[in-house]
Amino acid sequence: MTRKQKRLAIIGGGVSFIIAAVLLVMFAFSQAVAYFYVPGDLAKAHLAPGTRIRLGGLVEAGSVKRGDGMTVSFSVTDTLDRVPVTYTGILPDLFREGQGVVAEGAFVAGSPVFVADTVLAKHDETYMPKDVADRLKAQGVSLGGKENIQ
Amino acid sequence: MIIELGHYALVLALGVSVLQAIMPVFGAARGDRALMEIGTVAAKATFLLVALSFGVLTYAHVTSDFSVQNVWENSHSQIPLIYKFSGVWGNHEGSMLLWMLILTFFSALVAVFGHNLPDTLKANVLAVQAWIASAFSLFILLTSNPFNRLVDVPGEGRDLNPVLQDIGLAIHPPLLYLGYVGFSVCFSFAVAALIEGRIDAAWARWVRPWTLAAWTSLTAGIAMGSYWAYYELGWGGWWFWDPVENASFIPWLAGTALLHSALVMEKREALKIWTVLLAILTFSMSLLGTFLVRSGVLTSVHAFATDPTRGVFILVILILFIGGAFSLFAFRAAHLKAGGLFSPISREGALVLNNLILTTAAATVLTGTLYPLVLEALTGSKISVGAPFFNMTFGLLMLPLLLAVPFGPLLAWKRGDLLGAGQRLFAAVAIGLVAGCAIYYAQHGGPIMALAGLVLGAYMIAGSLTELFLRSGIGRVAGSAAIRRLAGLPRSVFGTALAHIGLGVTLIGIVAVTAFETEHIVEMKPGMTADAGGYTLRFDGLRDGKGPNYTEQSGHFSVMRAGVVVTEMWSSKRLYTARRMPTTEAGIKTFGLSQLYVSLGDGMADGGVVVRIWWKPMILCIWGGALVMMMGGAVSLSDRRLRIGAPSRARKQKRPVLEPAQ
Repeated sequence: MTRKQKRLAIIGGGVSFIIAAVLLVMFAFSQAVAYFYVPGDLAKAHLAPGTRIRLGGLVEAGSVKRGDGMTVSFSVTDTLDRVPVTYTGILPDLFREGQGVVAEGAFVAGSPVFVADTVLAKHDETYMPKDVADRLKAQGVSLGGKENIQ
Repeated sequence: MIIELGHYALVLALGVSVLQAIMPVFGAARGDRALMEIGTVAAKATFLLVALSFGVLTYAHVTSDFSVQNVWENSHSQIPLIYKFSGVWGNHEGSMLLWMLILTFFSALVAVFGHNLPDTLKANVLAVQAWIASAFSLFILLTSNPFNRLVDVPGEGRDLNPVLQDIGLAIHPPLLYLGYVGFSVCFSFAVAALIEGRIDAAWARWVRPWTLAAWTSLTAGIAMGSYWAYYELGWGGWWFWDPVENASFIPWLAGTALLHSALVMEKREALKIWTVLLAILTFSMSLLGTFLVRSGVLTSVHAFATDPTRGVFILVILILFIGGAFSLFAFRAAHLKAGGLFSPISREGALVLNNLILTTAAATVLTGTLYPLVLEALTGSKISVGAPFFNMTFGLLMLPLLLAVPFGPLLAWKRGDLLGAGQRLFAAVAIGLVAGCAIYYAQHGGPIMALAGLVLGAYMIAGSLTELFLRSGIGRVAGSAAIRRLAGLPRSVFGTALAHIGLGVTLIGIVAVTAFETEHIVEMKPGMTADAGGYTLRFDGLRDGKGPNYTEQSGHFSVMRAGVVVTEMWSSKRLYTARRMPTTEAGIKTFGLSQLYVSLGDGMADGGVVVRIWWKPMILCIWGGALVMMMGGAVSLSDRRLRIGAPSRARKQKRPVLEPAQ
């Protein structure tokens, strides 16, 4: 191969690999990301059942109920709207009523209940997941100055 | 008084850094040795000053001096001594000071061990190091001063975050920073070379040990962090694709690429411009990582505080350094002469493929990490990009690289023989197939992709060994000669083989855990049993306990095999009294390479307790592989080529003594 051909082969190979990578990333973005909602957003969101989302808000006081075995149900609220959630498994240490929470999962067709497979409450007791704090603040919910301390 | 001394030392360090940032550059431009020498002295002085400052902060933490705000916020008189030490860097201000300490440590190393460098290059490298040091000491002094005092001295501290009270955290940040910040030396070398407008194979040889050292530490830091998350957070996961993990993983990918491209440049003088660019990119990714972690734009346990001025300050540093370096690159790159030619199928070609895939993979991880931020800024909608995205993109992209790894070292420089290398790897493929199927069979069932992954891992290990076999001639020459030849191979050959074997081992661990892991969530009452991984766990009940700064309730389990108690394990729920913060301590027992992992959940009204039990087959391979990779890095680092400036001189000097004159 001549010098020019060698260079072309390398550059051509490289460019096609990068194009493949870009296409792959775009495909993955359309498939494998979860949007974040607070309960008040859901009415206008028109989600297809089974769409993976992250649901954030506060755990409504008095809503936590332990059902059979490991299933727990609770409500996530932004103080205006509320969404019932079920989760099977062990809740994080910092999961508490009245505290911020992010649940990841999907709605099942024909049911208002959000089925979560992951529940996050972050590591610090004064810590409010930033997504939740921002949204709640935007909706005018007072957080009692608890966010953003550490 | 002592505290003020530390504060003063830090201010002085800034002053000396500024001096070091300016003088040597002028010296190098004018050929003035005295001015250039300032860099060497100043680099050592800055390190000593920052070390003093760091020592003072450590002293304040160890003696629980709560008049210092940083100590009051992050320490407690009752915590064990080791966490008083690790508490120094378990917070934003202290960790930035550690960052500085390591940066100036590396500058001092260059000053001390750089005597074989040309004077001008050394002067410029030290100056660039000092630019970074000046920027960050200014950042610490202006926005994150650890020496701030409190007027009313509190009687007790607010305690270190309980999840950070762990031996893993004591080691993880210093190792990670050694890697992160170690790449600053590569960056400084690249910028210095651009300032001089001259770059050659010798440059690559000088940069390589720093790259290797930084890469080895970063590997250790990431592996340590992963293991810490695994046993401390109690979720049984070992990698979460958390933005902060990505922030350390991106420089690792770029650094791995740099390690390989510097090899091409050193041996063949090719890929010069690319190597310089990669050196700049790698440290830029470290800076970006620091920004993402420290500014709090990402939500994570690592974002100790969210203070916008800090974020903006680091962003300015980031733009100045990355922008400056790239502008310089744009001006100068055209002047750098391109080097040796090679055909697409050759050792160089293989290393180009390595670089292509690693940088693309790094870019993909970066995109996934930043996309939510960009999208939120542009449209306001919030998304989470998590494991599914990264597994899909990163996993697929890395696949061809993993396949190609054993081929690289078997191809000749300039023009290689792919078919020949393929034939020589035939045995490796066969071994991979057999070993992969054997592991698969031993673990029973699981998806077919797992089998492919295991075969790939075993093939990588066997393929990396193939090179050692071929070069030593085992099987073709007499045993003793082969051993002599094997011992005579350059250490870097062993380093390469070890690093690649480590990658294979890690891959096997990842595949095995992902495919064959079992997880049960069960409600247990004392006396009840549950099965996992061929063992039976019997719950023996809850016991109350008390630690130095926490109370706990621990669940005790007997592990049985075929009805006989083999060992015991316990998992506990702790309540750290100072912060009223609960944590879960997982119970972990190792069986060979596999682990049994038990995590205690909530107590039920009827006296039972929810327990999460995992069987993690071959999980130790994940970190064991990283350990083997680090060994590879260390062995390569000890290669004589890197210790001695010109590789052939030593041999020539010895010969005349042994041979009679002709």
